[in-house]
Amino acid sequence: MAAQPLGHSATETRHMFLNMGPSHPAMHGIVQLIVELDGERVMGCDVEIGYLHRAFEKESERGPYNNVMPYTDRLNYVSPLINNFGFCLAVERLLGIEVTERCQYIRVIMSEISRITDHLTCIGASAMEIGAFTVFLYMIKAREWLWELVEAVTGARLTISYGRIGGVKADLPEGFAEWTRRVLEEVRKVVLECDTLLTRNRIFADRMQGTGIISKERAISYGITGPFLRGSGIVLDTRKSQPYFVYDRMSFDIPTGEHGDNYDRYLVRMEEMEQSMRIIEQALASIPAGPINIDSEGRVLPANVMVDEAKMGQVAGFKQVRVTLDPTLQGSTRGPHEAVYSSERRVALPAKEDTYGNIEGLMNHFKLIMLGHGLRPPAGEYYSAVEGANGEVGFYVVSDGGDRPYRVRVHPPCFAIMAALPELIVGDMLADIIPTFGSVNMIGGELDR
Amino acid sequence: MNLAEAIRQRFPQHVIAARIFRGQQTVVLKREGLLDVARYLRDDAAQYFDMLMDLSCVDYLKFGTAQHSAPTLVTPSPLPYYMTPRPVTETWERGVSNDDYRFDLVYHFYSTAHNHRLRVRVPVAMAHTTVPSLTGVWASADWYEREVWDMFGIRFTGHPNLRRILMYEEFTGHPLRKDYPVRRRQPLIGPMN
Repeated sequence: MAAQPLGHSATETRHMFLNMGPSHPAMHGIVQLIVELDGERVMGCDVEIGYLHRAFEKESERGPYNNVMPYTDRLNYVSPLINNFGFCLAVERLLGIEVTERCQYIRVIMSEISRITDHLTCIGASAMEIGAFTVFLYMIKAREWLWELVEAVTGARLTISYGRIGGVKADLPEGFAEWTRRVLEEVRKVVLECDTLLTRNRIFADRMQGTGIISKERAISYGITGPFLRGSGIVLDTRKSQPYFVYDRMSFDIPTGEHGDNYDRYLVRMEEMEQSMRIIEQALASIPAGPINIDSEGRVLPANVMVDEAKMGQVAGFKQVRVTLDPTLQGSTRGPHEAVYSSERRVALPAKEDTYGNIEGLMNHFKLIMLGHGLRPPAGEYYSAVEGANGEVGFYVVSDGGDRPYRVRVHPPCFAIMAALPELIVGDMLADIIPTFGSVNMIGGELDR
Repeated sequence: MNLAEAIRQRFPQHVIAARIFRGQQTVVLKREGLLDVARYLRDDAAQYFDMLMDLSCVDYLKFGTAQHSAPTLVTPSPLPYYMTPRPVTETWERGVSNDDYRFDLVYHFYSTAHNHRLRVRVPVAMAHTTVPSLTGVWASADWYEREVWDMFGIRFTGHPNLRRILMYEEFTGHPLRKDYPVRRRQPLIGPMN
């Protein structure tokens, strides 16, 4: 029997590499974590972000400015309204125009509704991933009510394409304020219920407290923004620090944590939902009525009838008429466009009543839609930052003076957080990856665009 | 005094131009000076840009010369007047001549303490597309620089791990360059047959 070489034993100890993903249940997207394990402890990690590309930035260069809008929906499909308005804001500031006050209020209200749906999804999903399935169902139920609101306003639930450069697609529907207040009451009850289920739950707290810690300094160095940064104790919110729309008129607080762990980020998100509801209620109470120039006769026309009449030249009084559309198009021709659109005719698409109803509207529409015409910001660049549900959503738009953006760059908030992910999970246990990853709130659409 | 002017006075040899457009400050830097200015931006008490918020790149290959018509439009007759390419009267002032340079790296800094922003642009020539890496100054530079390398093919010297990040390793070319066709397919994408 040959002698064994010195130092060789029957068993050996070495680190194990484990691939998590590309389709781990906790991973909404095609992300892959290659973790190096010592037993159950994570010693190292390599993050591969996936191949989901819809080539947002490249596609944006192809068409006119307003054509970018549907693509921005898909960056973050849980709170697409914020993306819409972020892009609109960048182009509007590049053009140097301001939308109407009513429109700004609408944007604030819809952004905050989106923020609530985003947080509900994030908390619900991460709670589900660590076993609290009931919470997920409750929160999705509440999100459903909010999405019904979104649907009533925009005509769609996820891919809403509601923003327009110089305005929004349509005004709020009738009875929206009352409906929203009712929904918010219900959402509050759900949040309270989930708070009762989770916040002092021993299992939940044990899994969330002390995991996924990041210090203030590292979070800033990684460029992390949003609830994630505030969980580390930094009071930074674009809505407060560099207000846009009418956020400077709203009173709300910025919740912060102090430990920078998963539990603090959970608490921050829970509190932010309440703050968002505060903002919505204030905005609904103070939203100004736009110039009302419709419905003086109380007439309602189906859209096809209106088009037919316009073809026959019977256009008298069209601007006073409200149009009913089939539900898929709901909102696109609803009522007082002047209230929600900028007065800049070289920028804002005219109301469909005008497009169908008079030659000036038709020309205006064509001049904005036809190839070689359209919206032409001056050569220059603008970086606009809005506070997305996940952090700062930045749109960097470069114009060469043409009718399509020369370059559109998105600053996605979860990109920075994913970059910090190895640092967050190294040293923790394998099972801690799940709550940490949940609190990252990775959105594949904005991560790899 | 605005921030850009302060940088220009401090580093006159590195700064090509400083300007304000729509209320946003921009400094155009030579790439040799990037690292020095970056450290100054982070550490100086008046500047104190502790966040590298964003890093992107613009390919100026077709700036101001794009034909404003449908890319798929095929017409035997001469293009109508509104579709013909507009003459390049002036490209947007970058502080450097258009013949030599092609890319601009665009850094967006943010200061949490002072709540101000600054944009730094670094023109890069096609001939030597290497830029010093800022990974040692801000941790966020790591992934952003990988992304710029992936999308534009600009190399960062001193980056610890300059791999592709959005595309797969076998991908050839850099998709966000203006000369990369939108509809080009690569062998690993698409149906097997």
